[in-house]
Amino acid sequence: MTAISLFQRTTWRPSSSWIVPLAILGGVVFLVIGSLRSSLFAQQTVSGLANGGVYASLAVALVLIYRATEVINFAQGAIATFTTYIAWQLIDWGLTYWLAFACTLGIAFAGGFALELVAIRPVERRGNVLTVVIASIGLLILVEGAIGWIWGNQVKFMPAPFPARIYHLGGVAFSLQDLGTIAISIASVFVLWLFFQFTKIGLAMRAAAVRPAAARLVGIRVSWMLSLGWGLAAMLGAVAGMLAAASPSVLLQPSMMDGILIYAFAAAVVGGLESPAGAVIGALAIGVLLNLLGSYVSWVTPQLLLPAAFVLMLAVLLVKPSGLFGRTRVRRV
Amino acid sequence: MSVDLIGCMGSLLALRDVDARYGQVQALRRLSLTVDEGEIVAILGANGAGKTTTLRAISHTVTRTGTLEFAGRSLGRRGPESTARLGIAHVPEGRGTFAELTVGENLRLGAYARRGSLRDDFRRVFTYFPWLEKRSSQQAGTLSGGEQQMLALARAVMQRPKLLLLDEPSLGLAPLVISEVFRIVRELNQREGTAVLLVEQNARISLATASRAYVLEVGSVAYEGTSDDLASRDAIRTSYLGY
Repeated sequence: MTAISLFQRTTWRPSSSWIVPLAILGGVVFLVIGSLRSSLFAQQTVSGLANGGVYASLAVALVLIYRATEVINFAQGAIATFTTYIAWQLIDWGLTYWLAFACTLGIAFAGGFALELVAIRPVERRGNVLTVVIASIGLLILVEGAIGWIWGNQVKFMPAPFPARIYHLGGVAFSLQDLGTIAISIASVFVLWLFFQFTKIGLAMRAAAVRPAAARLVGIRVSWMLSLGWGLAAMLGAVAGMLAAASPSVLLQPSMMDGILIYAFAAAVVGGLESPAGAVIGALAIGVLLNLLGSYVSWVTPQLLLPAAFVLMLAVLLVKPSGLFGRTRVRRV
Repeated sequence: MSVDLIGCMGSLLALRDVDARYGQVQALRRLSLTVDEGEIVAILGANGAGKTTTLRAISHTVTRTGTLEFAGRSLGRRGPESTARLGIAHVPEGRGTFAELTVGENLRLGAYARRGSLRDDFRRVFTYFPWLEKRSSQQAGTLSGGEQQMLALARAVMQRPKLLLLDEPSLGLAPLVISEVFRIVRELNQREGTAVLLVEQNARISLATASRAYVLEVGSVAYEGTSDDLASRDAIRTSYLGY
């Protein structure tokens, strides 16, 4: 009797483990103390956070689509690269950077929306989750091919949105580029959160993601909510792409986001795949960790950074299989 | 006057010769029933007789053929979303609350298809379910089974439906909670004139609530009549209603 009632209690529960907040607090304390003791450490932390911000935008885009359809959109990075080329093209035609930025966001939204309608919806109607995953891989190849076909495979140079200025604060040099990247990526995720939390459409999108059948019964057009989700994800991807291309270490080429997509995926998994907040924290952690590893551990070459991200992902999953902010799902048997 | 609408003028809901199937299994065979404006109608029958499928056929959450009309309009090709927008609120078995969202968000979703301020709707809902007001920021998944059933009902009230489809509202609830649920259903029907189509295992309480009832047997109507009539016929009572 008690066993049965216990099971019913736990069919749905939020993660309430104390390990996660403690680990995050520990990480923050470590970074703050390190930054106070060494200015190089502070600089590396900030540029790591900037990388993490780019991963975060893309990771949240992945989470958005995963929550609604339980599918990892492998084409997310390629779509982001495509929209970054659009921004480059607009700037090349003479638009100012921020005007091109805004136009690109609009185009990305419309493009993502249309892509879901044309490429995903027919597949989803007929097949299952796996079919949609395959379709997204096909889309990845198709979009990267389209980029090469339209703009060629040579590297383009995307102008940076911020002047190459360095701020000095107590012996620590911060580049405006890094600070701007952090600010824009965090702000875009925050605006998205506000949208989901406080608008009617946002609420309907959340309802459609968690209980599609019940959502239809209150009049929500679930398939349109999925298209909207793809539009929003493409917008976030565009932010990630434009911020990435502005970094001096990333070149605008058709495969620009391939590596970043893998980091974003690792970040989303670390965060629990269903939690945008988890994805952001996972992304910032990966960005900082990799940057510190690269500058402080002599044998960690740039080629080893990708495996390092996966080691972090594995370590988190070993301790908490549902990810940092994932919900533990207990099925009633 | 145009050609008499399938002989069911005045009915709010009319189903005629409706078939429904799950893959190979035929769940409804030439089922016909009507619900009049402001009426409470019960659907009774054994497990697998097609009670839940009847409600699903109306909200189009199962593939079906036949003639389905609501308030003079055909339900034929409408999906569940636009059926809901016509004024049919379907509270499915297992309640269909959004467990991950808060109580308040669940209620707001009830009024999703409508524009304008929800203040009056919230006030109306809180007269039926006063306890919901204080719990509006609580996660719906943490409510008890009875509370979730009430929340599902409250969300349906937010939809301002002309017809309420209730599927097994008593399932898994304690007797006191069951009578509370049915008291609210009757109150809704009397105060707002909401018509109710009720599917229930519990024949006794549904006959006490409904004015008419249909008894289903393998996907079609075996008996129909007023509740008093059905309750008084011993043959029906013992073979179909089980008391």
